[in-house]
Amino acid sequence: MTTLRANLLNVTLGNKKVVSDFSVSVSVGDWVCVIGPNGAGKSSMLRALAGIVDSSGELFIDDKNLRSLNQRARACWIAYVAQEPVMPQGMSVFNYVMLGRTAHLNMLASETPRDVEVTNYVIDEIGLHDFVERDVATLSGGERQRVAIARALAQASPIVLLDEPTTALDVGYQQEVLELIDRLRKEKKIAVISTMHDLTVSGLYPDRLILLANGRIVAQGDARTVLTAERILEHYGARVNVIESETGPVVIPERL
Amino acid sequence: MTTTASVRKLPRLTWPLSVFAVVVAILIGLGVGAVSIPPIDALREVLSQLTNDRIQSSLSPTEATIIWDLRLPRVILALVVGSMLASAGCAYQGAFRNPLADPYLLGVSAGAGLGATIVIFTRVDTSRWELPLAAFVGALGAVLLTYLLGRSAIVGRSSTSLVLAGVAVASMLTAIQTLLQQRNTDKIREVYSWVLGRLSTAGWGDVQLVTPYILICIVVLVLYRRVLDIFSVGDEEAHTMGLQVGRARAAIIVAASLGTAAAVSVTGLIGFVGIIVPHTIRLFVGHSYRLLMPLSTIFGGIFLVLADVVARTVLAPQEISIGVITALIGAPFFLFILGSRKHGSIT
Repeated sequence: MTTLRANLLNVTLGNKKVVSDFSVSVSVGDWVCVIGPNGAGKSSMLRALAGIVDSSGELFIDDKNLRSLNQRARACWIAYVAQEPVMPQGMSVFNYVMLGRTAHLNMLASETPRDVEVTNYVIDEIGLHDFVERDVATLSGGERQRVAIARALAQASPIVLLDEPTTALDVGYQQEVLELIDRLRKEKKIAVISTMHDLTVSGLYPDRLILLANGRIVAQGDARTVLTAERILEHYGARVNVIESETGPVVIPERL
Repeated sequence: MTTTASVRKLPRLTWPLSVFAVVVAILIGLGVGAVSIPPIDALREVLSQLTNDRIQSSLSPTEATIIWDLRLPRVILALVVGSMLASAGCAYQGAFRNPLADPYLLGVSAGAGLGATIVIFTRVDTSRWELPLAAFVGALGAVLLTYLLGRSAIVGRSSTSLVLAGVAVASMLTAIQTLLQQRNTDKIREVYSWVLGRLSTAGWGDVQLVTPYILICIVVLVLYRRVLDIFSVGDEEAHTMGLQVGRARAAIIVAASLGTAAAVSVTGLIGFVGIIVPHTIRLFVGHSYRLLMPLSTIFGGIFLVLADVVARTVLAPQEISIGVITALIGAPFFLFILGSRKHGSIT
């Protein structure tokens, strides 16, 4: 079973240490969600795992040291979906999803029939066949997320990193995208690490939560353990009620 | 339900028609001038040479000489230089995600201009090779300087600092060139004619000098067409998809700059080809560099051949600088692009 292990990860941007001693272990089929107040280092942590920003610390997939791999080999293991993926004007959904095959191609090679086949498979899997010819720049927020997730899926990496996949979406699209991620990680055996803003929603799908504050892990575990009113007051500075429901804790802000 | 979508394709005849258009442009270029030669006769002359007289030419020896020694080298030079400038512009637009990028983005023109100016001012009679060589060295030197300054200023993996360094280097070198010109006003005419670009002195020597470099550079840029599409999602996402962004961009810059330097070394600074040709192609085939890159290359060549025909005919027997013609067509077009960019239709 493929497992991503990060041990004592540190990220420094400029002179500021934004992530300190972050450790995590995620196996395929798992969904770990990183929460925390604005500026806590959630995105930086994810970007460090994706190799966008430099970091120190151990980074392994099983016994393979990610730091010894070049970017293309690394992309075969880890895919990344940005918070607001860039949608190039004039590019069709099909061509956009097929960009995900980059890691499997030599830099100057063209796509093979196999790459086209994988792309079509992913498009079917995510139910995008009605707009394969659409210009990605004209898609709505929810469609953009689904198309970007399709691209990550075409990359065929066992680890997928999602930076706030639902922040910009209304509740309908939010549900649709989260259900999609949940189904894919179970069916396709993908390890998902995401960040998320909405605390109640973060308790709904992921198996584990990691609460980050000032770049450090301050709590982790299942939603019931992590999402307590005291913790949210301490790290977010917000007074909330946490109500237990069948699906997990519901976080309701109080009026001051 | 399964989809059968595939890579978007052009109409099947696009490529044969493009090649046909090149042939037509060449024949027009051969036929038009002080001595008018019907394109059909020009074609027969060329074919008769290529087939060892199995096809008979109807031209007089004088006309044949005009075709072979004057017009054909000039047309071929226009073709390769136009192709190079258009493909370099296209490549820069993709690699920098900047629709207004042209082949001179990183200081090629200022460097070549300074190199040429120095040679024109310091030599009593410039030999055949000195001027192109100085322009070539100046152009590559400027790009190298831009690259070093841009790299050292880079904190992240942004390409903006490279473009800004290009602006700085270009204005610095242009200032030096202006200073030299002010102190040597007697030869300013020569510099001026060089700066505006010309194909008029083209003989086979010029063609042989630059064509190998240009062809290699064009082949490299066309090979990078899929990579240019990946660049369109931005450096960060391209990086996470496994593209070695820095290395790919460096390779594209090297090929585009080397080819452009070779082109301007013999023709001077021909502007706007690198902007108008890719943008016009974009309007027809969309934004994918898989199509844009090869088509820009082909139609850049055609455009410059035809622009040269205009340059040598509208005020015949006088010739207008080719750079003036391309800019006269190019400048309004440039404004049009700026306008539509505001409306978000071209990015």
